Amino acid sequence: MLETLKIWWHQGKQWIPDVETTEVPGIFRGRPIIKAGVAVDEAMLLDLCPMDAIQTNPLAIDLGKCSFCGECAFACPDKIQFTKDFKLSHNLREGLVIKEGVDTPIRVDADKVRKEIRKTFGRSLKLRQVSAGGDGSCELELNATGNVNFDVGRFGIDFVASPRHADGIVLTGPLSENMAESFLDAYNAVPDPKVLILAGTDAISGGLFADSEAVKRSVLNDLHVDLYVPGNPVHPLTFVNGVLGLLGKMKH
Amino acid sequence: MKITNNQVVALADIERLTYNDFFMQACDALGNDAAHCVSYFALPEGEEEYLLFCYIANDETHDIELLCSKVNKNDELQSLTSQNLAIHPFEREIYEKYALNFIGHPWLKPLRYPHDRQAGGDIYDYPFYQIDSPELHRVGVGPIHAGIIEPGHFRFICEGEKIHHLEIQLGWQHRGIENLFVEKKKLLQRATLSENIAGDTVIGHATAFTNATEALAGWEAPEWLQVERAIALEQERIAVHTGDLSAICTDVAYQLGNAVFGRLRTPMINYMQKWCGSRFGKSLIRPFKTNFIFTEALAKDWEDTIAKYLPHFTEMAEQMFDLPSVLSRIERTGVVPTQLARTIGLVGMAGKASGLNRDVRTSHPWGAYKDMNYEPVVLQSGDVYARAQMRYKEILKSIQLIRDLIIRRRALGEQTKIENPQTKWTAKADSIVLSMTEGWRGMICHVAVTGADGDLRAYKITDPSVHNWLGLALAVRENGISDFPICNKSFDLSYCGHDL
Ligand code: SF4
Repeated sequence: MLETLKIWWHQGKQWIPDVETTEVPGIFRGRPIIKAGVAVDEAMLLDLCPMDAIQTNPLAIDLGKCSFCGECAFACPDKIQFTKDFKLSHNLREGLVIKEGVDTPIRVDADKVRKEIRKTFGRSLKLRQVSAGGDGSCELELNATGNVNFDVGRFGIDFVASPRHADGIVLTGPLSENMAESFLDAYNAVPDPKVLILAGTDAISGGLFADSEAVKRSVLNDLHVDLYVPGNPVHPLTFVNGVLGLLGKMKH
Repeated sequence: MKITNNQVVALADIERLTYNDFFMQACDALGNDAAHCVSYFALPEGEEEYLLFCYIANDETHDIELLCSKVNKNDELQSLTSQNLAIHPFEREIYEKYALNFIGHPWLKPLRYPHDRQAGGDIYDYPFYQIDSPELHRVGVGPIHAGIIEPGHFRFICEGEKIHHLEIQLGWQHRGIENLFVEKKKLLQRATLSENIAGDTVIGHATAFTNATEALAGWEAPEWLQVERAIALEQERIAVHTGDLSAICTDVAYQLGNAVFGRLRTPMINYMQKWCGSRFGKSLIRPFKTNFIFTEALAKDWEDTIAKYLPHFTEMAEQMFDLPSVLSRIERTGVVPTQLARTIGLVGMAGKASGLNRDVRTSHPWGAYKDMNYEPVVLQSGDVYARAQMRYKEILKSIQLIRDLIIRRRALGEQTKIENPQTKWTAKADSIVLSMTEGWRGMICHVAVTGADGDLRAYKITDPSVHNWLGLALAVRENGISDFPICNKSFDLSYCGHDL
């Protein structure tokens, strides 16, 4: 017992008091800035990017496709920089496209959030996670949202075991064909109203798997997506802030 | 022919045996206790013909035997699994993909339901083993599990609470990644794919891909870069093992261990982020180059990080392995005895916990490991306790390895760039290379085959999970079904790494 108390005492405080304003360690690649007025070889950039995430006219990076490998920023450091801003989630797919010359925070478009979402889930949101071809890293990061550091439970956000106890589904992975039916089963088992969150590059756009014959993304066509959380994998703070934004619970 | 890890061989130099000779020589090579099959696959050649490639590694002589045979689609092939059970997933894969006829395979069932399969049927119609008895009942779990975890289906046959049999049906995660290696033409795309084979083993798989790629190009990474890659691999091991100890504590309802190991994992993966911007090490390992040189500042940061981690880790681990309430759940639970482990071909951590001295860092070392004479941790009891202890001991070992590697790295001086970086895929034509690494889970094996144009013709991946899933199924026999989660966690196998 004494040993246990000692260990407990030694841990000190581990939780992140403010998940919105905390700083991530090191060289995290978050929201990119593409500087206007700096010349760049666009063809070279298009050829370089492994994810086809770079668009032209205007030059832009689609965070729904980007793997955050940083290669474009290494090739053109004066043109492209990745900031440490981990708030990358948006409720609209086009909200993930960061255009040249834009340096504004990415925030959920409150007008486009369905009214019943904030009303019903503002104080408690229970989520069922489904991995369909996910590589395990997004899953680990979503697990980490519940650990003592990030502790999403404090916001009333939780992952639950059964879709019938859930208010929504968090999908990871490019949606493998072999999982398509089970994914839909889980989605349909969640009572209405429900949210659908796509977490990670693979889930949002299919990533490098988008044109693989082994995935079946068409099942997403008829479903309403409430939140896109970019990342390869998503950072726990990107997820937490995205959901807080969706629920209208961000303080800053 | 005898080869070594990362040795490029011209396809024309490989003798094409009759299947009969192929079979006999494989049996011969596998007859040795230290030998095991690390890769075996079929490559279509023309309409109806296939080349079979089988690699058998001997952990004591450090040789790898490469056998090749040309067979016809309609040939009747005596199953190697009938002689050596550990071959079972490979023959199942070949059967499922190309419908070749293996005679005498005891368990010729679908392995992963690839989209381009020619045999194996529908994923919802898997032929589960059944026992017809009014005293037994079946329990089905998955493909979606209770936690945040990848999908797989488990079918138990139980008598009351006791598991008599477990069958694990996989394939739900299949993404066609092996084909994508061939289809995606950019080197960076392929490197990115290698990091996504199993997202918990980014460094392990990316290193295997990088070694294979550099070998095919005849490019040798400078020693300082080899050392850096080894540091990354050991750091990945420390991070995942720490997280696994947390998860094992969760499954025995030991809340303190869960919380403390969980939060200790955070600085370990955050260290990777400090190094390369990704907590999982994505973008760190690149063929022919690195974007993130291991600087003196990073070396110092690692030493500081470990100085803070180690006392907390040791204190927690000692307490965990001293608590009767934890020990009673993990000792003698989910046992795989040594002989069984050898028969079914366990690799890596699970194999070493069952008494098999099987570690690529020692048996077939590459890069910086060549001069390290690493001595693996080998335990005997083969239970959850041993697999948990394995993490504890390997973490301490890896910390020591990184200390040694940092000394070596410092001696090589600060670096600023690579002399001759490359950004394009270049490779010797009509060749084949096998590249093995020891990830935290165990032996990772990649095989790259090039065509006449020097581009990839096929890419084959074997995650350690392929060898070890059967180990989990057998470990839980005669255990209570409530001990399944803890057994599962102690193996911590990959679904996507298996399903590809
Ligand atoms: S960071 Fe994103 S946009 Fe830039 S090269 Fe990598 S994938 Fe492409």
